[in-house]
Amino acid sequence: MTNIFRKVGVPLIFIGAVLVLWEWAVWFNGLPDYRMASPSDLLPKFWQFRWLFLERSWETLWRTVAGLGLAIVVGTLLGMIMGFSRTARDGLYPLLVGFNAIPKATVVPIVALIFVGQHDFNTILLAFMISFFPIAVSVSIGLSTLEPEYRDILRSLGASKFTIFWKIALPKTLPEFFGALKVAVTLAFIGTNLMEIVSPHGRGLGDLFDSGRISADYPLMFAVLFALAALGIVLFYIVVALERVFAGWAERGQG
Amino acid sequence: MSSDFQIELREVTHAYRTDSGPLPVLDNLSLKLPKDTFTAVVGPSGCGKSTLTRLVSGLMKPDEGQVWLASKLVTSPRPTVGMAFQNPVLLEWRTILQNVMLPLEIVKSGMSKAEGLERAHALLDLVGLTGFEDKRPSELSGGMRQRASLCRSLIHKPEVLILDEPFGALDAFTREDLWCTMHDLRAIEPFTCLLITHDLRESVFLADQVVVLSGRPAHAQYVLNVDIPGKRTLDDLYTPKAVAMLADLRHQIQVAQGRTDGAATPAAHAQRGAKAPTPEAQS
Ligand SMILES: Nc1ncnc2c1ncn2[C@@H]1O[C@H](COP(=O)(O)OP(=O)(O)OP(=O)(O)O)[C@@H](O)[C@H]1O
Ligand SMILES: [Mg+2]
Repeated sequence: MTNIFRKVGVPLIFIGAVLVLWEWAVWFNGLPDYRMASPSDLLPKFWQFRWLFLERSWETLWRTVAGLGLAIVVGTLLGMIMGFSRTARDGLYPLLVGFNAIPKATVVPIVALIFVGQHDFNTILLAFMISFFPIAVSVSIGLSTLEPEYRDILRSLGASKFTIFWKIALPKTLPEFFGALKVAVTLAFIGTNLMEIVSPHGRGLGDLFDSGRISADYPLMFAVLFALAALGIVLFYIVVALERVFAGWAERGQG
Repeated sequence: MSSDFQIELREVTHAYRTDSGPLPVLDNLSLKLPKDTFTAVVGPSGCGKSTLTRLVSGLMKPDEGQVWLASKLVTSPRPTVGMAFQNPVLLEWRTILQNVMLPLEIVKSGMSKAEGLERAHALLDLVGLTGFEDKRPSELSGGMRQRASLCRSLIHKPEVLILDEPFGALDAFTREDLWCTMHDLRAIEPFTCLLITHDLRESVFLADQVVVLSGRPAHAQYVLNVDIPGKRTLDDLYTPKAVAMLADLRHQIQVAQGRTDGAATPAAHAQRGAKAPTPEAQS
């Protein structure tokens, strides 16, 4: 009971407190709608556009997850290559760092131009590009820093390289992998929205935000931000739940 | 060419390649372990004992010389070997029971799953870890982890057991209990054992022969045959004969450390004198 209260009740109380504070601040300063929307303005907006919100959220959600899935596959593969081969690590690392340093907002128009009209593909591509880096780095570090003692346990029994990878390297790297995934899921989300906002094409919450901007509907823009935050929280905690299941052993017990 | 011994090392020489040049660790080391006997190896810290275990288990190949195991030249690790490492690494994501059973997932032991499980429970019971089967390694003390690692090395009924200071992190009483357990185990299922240890009493109580390694680069400086017949009890360590053996070994260790010149073999003496003493040799 107290545990459930801690996990769910406490965060809800904090969110509620922030909303009340926000409402109060807007009221106290007498700010009009077009300067700063207050939470009480948002509910009508959500209700007014409820179907639109659902549809757009779904579009943003599935494209984020697809981009993240691609990032997991490619990032893990890159990480494995860099983790096992020093040459590959020395060669690929600067390339990846350079690629990662490019602000992705500048990539949006280029991608939109190359794959003109293929909105879903573009969006997924951007979500992927922005989020695979932490996964690749953490997997490569996890694999390359695997203590030889771990490998020797199986090697001394004559186990194959693949068995050692499957039974030792892979599980040992999972905590690092999930650490990176928590970062990557947020990044992928940013990537999706970046594409939707900078190159709007009538899909996703980002586009809804853009239409709010064009029609100067401030409460709508704020409502979109809220929806984005909610989606982000959901995605993040899905990853946390997966981490519990697959890498729960790495959590230190308290006390 | 072949070997009549379960384990034989012939003039094994090995050096590690380090950033500051090669570090010679073993120098013309020869050892013979007859089948189903127990050999303890003692020697100064850093002299190359763990290196020796890695060569015998096939984890490394020697620069020169040969390592024979069951009449075959060792070129790679063999599933008939059980090994407990100096640093008892357990897989944190597995329970203690799953850790102990790990070798059965790799080695074809001829045991069914149920038999393996039964054996794991029996071994854990022998070392006093009953009730900890489902705990994670992080919930165990260092000594308990060492005992679990010992069980892991034994689970697949290895013909050759290599133990690198397996009782180092244990309190004196548990250690003596485990010494007796080792004797009981050998009586039930014979195996050839190579034990690395710092504890001279342990070496005399457990082994049929005790090998003293010289300081680095190590060779077999002295071999003591421990002829205490019949089933050994801890009281055997306090007989005049055992006390004399312990004094003998202690003296040899001091020679190996370079603290006494005494009865060092002329060859060893000449070799030590020829090189500038390294700081590690004193530790
Ligand atoms: N992988 C390695 N690379 C380079 N040098 C090493 C390596 N492993 C061990 N050495 C060196 O070789 C020497 C012998 O090491 P080893 O671990 O065999 O000693 P040891 O006799 O087991 O010592 P201890 O009693 O402290 O366990 C040491 O001086 C160590 O510094
Ligand atoms: Mg050692």
